[in-house]
Amino acid sequence: MAMTVHCDIVSAEEEIFSGLIEFVSVTGSLGDLGIYPGHAPLLSELKPGPVELKKQGGEQEIFYVSGGFIEVQAHRISVLADVALRAGDINEAAAEEVKKHAEHAMADQSSELDYSRATAQLAEATAQLRTIQQIRKKMGK
Amino acid sequence: MAAGKEIKTQIASIQGTRKITSAMEMVAASKMRKAQDRMQASRPYARSIRGVIQHLAKSNPEYKHLYLQQREVKRVGFIVVATDRGLCGGLNINAFKAAIAKMNEFNNQNIDIEICALGSKSVSFFKTFGGNVTAAKTGLGDKPEAAELIGTVKVMLDAYDEGKLDQVFVVSNEFVNTMTQTPQVEQILPLKAEDDDDRLNHHWDYIYEPDAKELLNGLLVRYIESLVYQAVVENNACEQAARMLAMKNATDNAGDLIDELQMIYNKARQTAITQEISEIVSGAAAV
Repeated sequence: MAMTVHCDIVSAEEEIFSGLIEFVSVTGSLGDLGIYPGHAPLLSELKPGPVELKKQGGEQEIFYVSGGFIEVQAHRISVLADVALRAGDINEAAAEEVKKHAEHAMADQSSELDYSRATAQLAEATAQLRTIQQIRKKMGK
Repeated sequence: MAAGKEIKTQIASIQGTRKITSAMEMVAASKMRKAQDRMQASRPYARSIRGVIQHLAKSNPEYKHLYLQQREVKRVGFIVVATDRGLCGGLNINAFKAAIAKMNEFNNQNIDIEICALGSKSVSFFKTFGGNVTAAKTGLGDKPEAAELIGTVKVMLDAYDEGKLDQVFVVSNEFVNTMTQTPQVEQILPLKAEDDDDRLNHHWDYIYEPDAKELLNGLLVRYIESLVYQAVVENNACEQAARMLAMKNATDNAGDLIDELQMIYNKARQTAITQEISEIVSGAAAV
């Protein structure tokens, strides 16, 4: 039996996942983090991106979070997401649309735009697409 | 039969009131269900972030954030959450009583108090009761949004950052069940360690990414916002539950009142008929 640790993924709106896991990977603000049970205490900010779980028994699941925080304790991992989606709930077409729109808005210097908002939108849409690609890769294997 | 007519109008008017109260009861019941869902949906997040903060308060960080430092108390802040509308029984009064009891403790020690009032009942109460209200927000509606609260809460946080406040409390109602709501006064700043998890009782610290200061700033502000949001959402569920109960009682009372008046009316009518008959009979006997 592989070692497991309890993991909670919550967003402001709902509880997304709660249970035992063998491994989790998240997108930290300084790069991807892979966490196994017994990890040293860690607090990190999260960037928009996929959260990949290996549940007890080896089954994998992927979620998308739009940023937030992760806390790691030896016996418990908490992911506090601003917005979290099950990967299946991501609308790929909508994400593409938002990405295009944001890119377009940023390229178009003349228009009055909220630059930081466009950047944030772009980052989120890109991260959503990345999540979908990651799932595809898994399925293809 | 003049008295009979008066009673008849009174009955009609109470019946009108009963219709309104029973409609309000049903509205409150359906709103309560939604408010309860909302409250339950945001609970896991509040619980998790509270867990993280409890751990954090037990750690020995390289960087001691302002919110984790205990200071000598000279001024305290109260965020008092109440409803926007009335007709919800003793809900608000109970919360105000709890707030005032706590405030008196500080008054006795000559500690100044600042109040942040959320909800129009809270604003109007402290206007008449007196108190130094520095921030207020009304019209939160049935679906309070975190973004709306942040501005008001920020007033308190800024005051705390600048050292104008040394402790901040939140007063709101806790939703126990539909029948019971209990007022609670909770200290949100500085953060207190309550978790008695023995696994954390050694000297340790987190690994912070990126750095402790930046991270804690973001996390702690998020925590305070989540606490206040949770208090408001929970208070909203309490409001609907309390209103439902108050309106149910009002409807029942109206029913009792109508029954009583109906009885009086019937008796009056009976007396009038008896009197008429005896008049006729005595008139006939006189002829």
